[in-house]
Amino acid sequence: MQIYVCVKHVPDSAASITIIDDTGIDKNITFLLNPFDEHALTEAVKIRDRIGTSEVIAICLGSKDAQTTLQSALAMGADRGILIQSGENHDSIFTAKALKIAIDQDGAADLILTGKESIDAEGMQTMFRLGALFDFPVANNIVKLDIEDGYAIVDHERAGGIINTYKMPLPCVIGAGKSLNIPKYPTFRDVVQARKKVIKTIALTDLNIKKPSASMKITKLESLQQTREAKEIKGTAVQAAEQIVQILKQEAKVIS
Amino acid sequence: MKNIGIIIEFEPEHKSGKKKIKPGCFGVITLARQDNTELFAFAINSDIKALKPDLEAYGITNIVDVVLEPEYQNNPVVRAKAMIKAVLKFHINAIIGLSTSMGKDLLPRMAAQLDVPLVMNCINVDLENNLAKTSQYSGKAIATVKTTGDIPIFGVRPNLVEPINAQATARILTFDGVDLVTKKLNVLKTGENDKSTNINLAEADIIIAGGRGIKNKDNFTILSQCAEKLNAAVGASRVAVDEGWVPYSMQVGQTGEKVSPKVYIACGISGSIQHFAGMKTSGMVIAINKDENAPIISNCDYYVKADVLKIIPELTKLLNNE
Repeated sequence: MQIYVCVKHVPDSAASITIIDDTGIDKNITFLLNPFDEHALTEAVKIRDRIGTSEVIAICLGSKDAQTTLQSALAMGADRGILIQSGENHDSIFTAKALKIAIDQDGAADLILTGKESIDAEGMQTMFRLGALFDFPVANNIVKLDIEDGYAIVDHERAGGIINTYKMPLPCVIGAGKSLNIPKYPTFRDVVQARKKVIKTIALTDLNIKKPSASMKITKLESLQQTREAKEIKGTAVQAAEQIVQILKQEAKVIS
Repeated sequence: MKNIGIIIEFEPEHKSGKKKIKPGCFGVITLARQDNTELFAFAINSDIKALKPDLEAYGITNIVDVVLEPEYQNNPVVRAKAMIKAVLKFHINAIIGLSTSMGKDLLPRMAAQLDVPLVMNCINVDLENNLAKTSQYSGKAIATVKTTGDIPIFGVRPNLVEPINAQATARILTFDGVDLVTKKLNVLKTGENDKSTNINLAEADIIIAGGRGIKNKDNFTILSQCAEKLNAAVGASRVAVDEGWVPYSMQVGQTGEKVSPKVYIACGISGSIQHFAGMKTSGMVIAINKDENAPIISNCDYYVKADVLKIIPELTKLLNNE
């Protein structure tokens, strides 16, 4: 089985974001493998190790720096990596097209895994666009995955932890949710061994992607300002509770 | 003239079997209203006549009854296929729905198949200029996104737009999708909404969330008891989830649910940058924390410097007496 895992190079969730030129961010911060993609990778490696004759390929559209994210993917167990190198940010319509062409050039996918969303763009759609381009079925926010007789049987988690179970013929696209597995973080040995694995770099321009007619473009980026002025509620526990009730009633008007 | 399509969602089924429209939908309709537009509400397999008065009260002028084979009404692929065909049939120019768990499935499926732009988790939408505001970088930034292309789709965070009445008269139209099937995805099981479980986090007006200060699994009951009185949902910080006190589905934050309730009560939550990413667009934030140096204390509307396990039971008691 050829298992492709689409990974994204994103700013560390703990990093402060500084906006520059109105639409971009100062990239002089720590970037890493998108947290949800770790679950996708972990699952791919699990399936490979069970099935045996499979290969896990991590693929990423990103800048030259995204090599580090692919290195992390290799250290987590991917067999090789593909970097589609581009200097700019791309929307998910374009990203899906680039991933599709690069995967087609590389081999025949039996399974494509992604994280359920990226923590930077928070677009929640690339997996569906990939599915549409390949004409593969898609399920997102998957918390359980079994491969049986050419089918994927998956648990899709809805709000409140409610589960729907779907059966899809392979090949298919699956977006990993956080409860799918617990990622195993690489040991020093894994990291060293990963350096022997191959990352192939393709220039985005070599994929000859036609500019899609539809697009999503960021015209302005603003930092989310906090304008809250903290006021202290004082007194005993009873007095504090009384004041909270008054605030909920009179100011927030959420109870009557 | 512009035709705006609005995806109608329903509350978990009532005992009476009557379907009730999610309140967030009326906010979406309010957001979609503008001069020179026709508003089309799309609802799958529902009693359109019963819904008509409510939809008309908010300005809907066309209600599209999307009819599916009951066997397929919970099939996400068939549902998306039907909605796509229906919006094309009625020449819809833009689609707007909720960023709920159904919306997060249906809207991207539609956008992908139609190859049109999509912005999820919008906090505002300008349908005249096809612009949307949405959070990015784990809620640390707000992006204004300009969409180009036919039939842009927008998923709006529930609760953010206050519904405002605007009486209209609607006609009922039908889209017959009973012949739609798929071999690509088979639904083996659809989980039931259990009324006794949590109120949906993303859609709740009030959220009481617990963190490290709750100390253990059992103490979460103290929060649920209070939540029940307030008709609130119970959420949690990552610490509480990682400790195994509550399931991941209750996590608020960057890698959990992103919420915008009218009131967010943070109980024993320090307020990490990742937690703020999930709740900073809340209307009002009330923090209860022993530690006055906790980041949440300087970044809320009201705070109580005290042990949450002493305050919440008093609050529940007071609400019981109301």
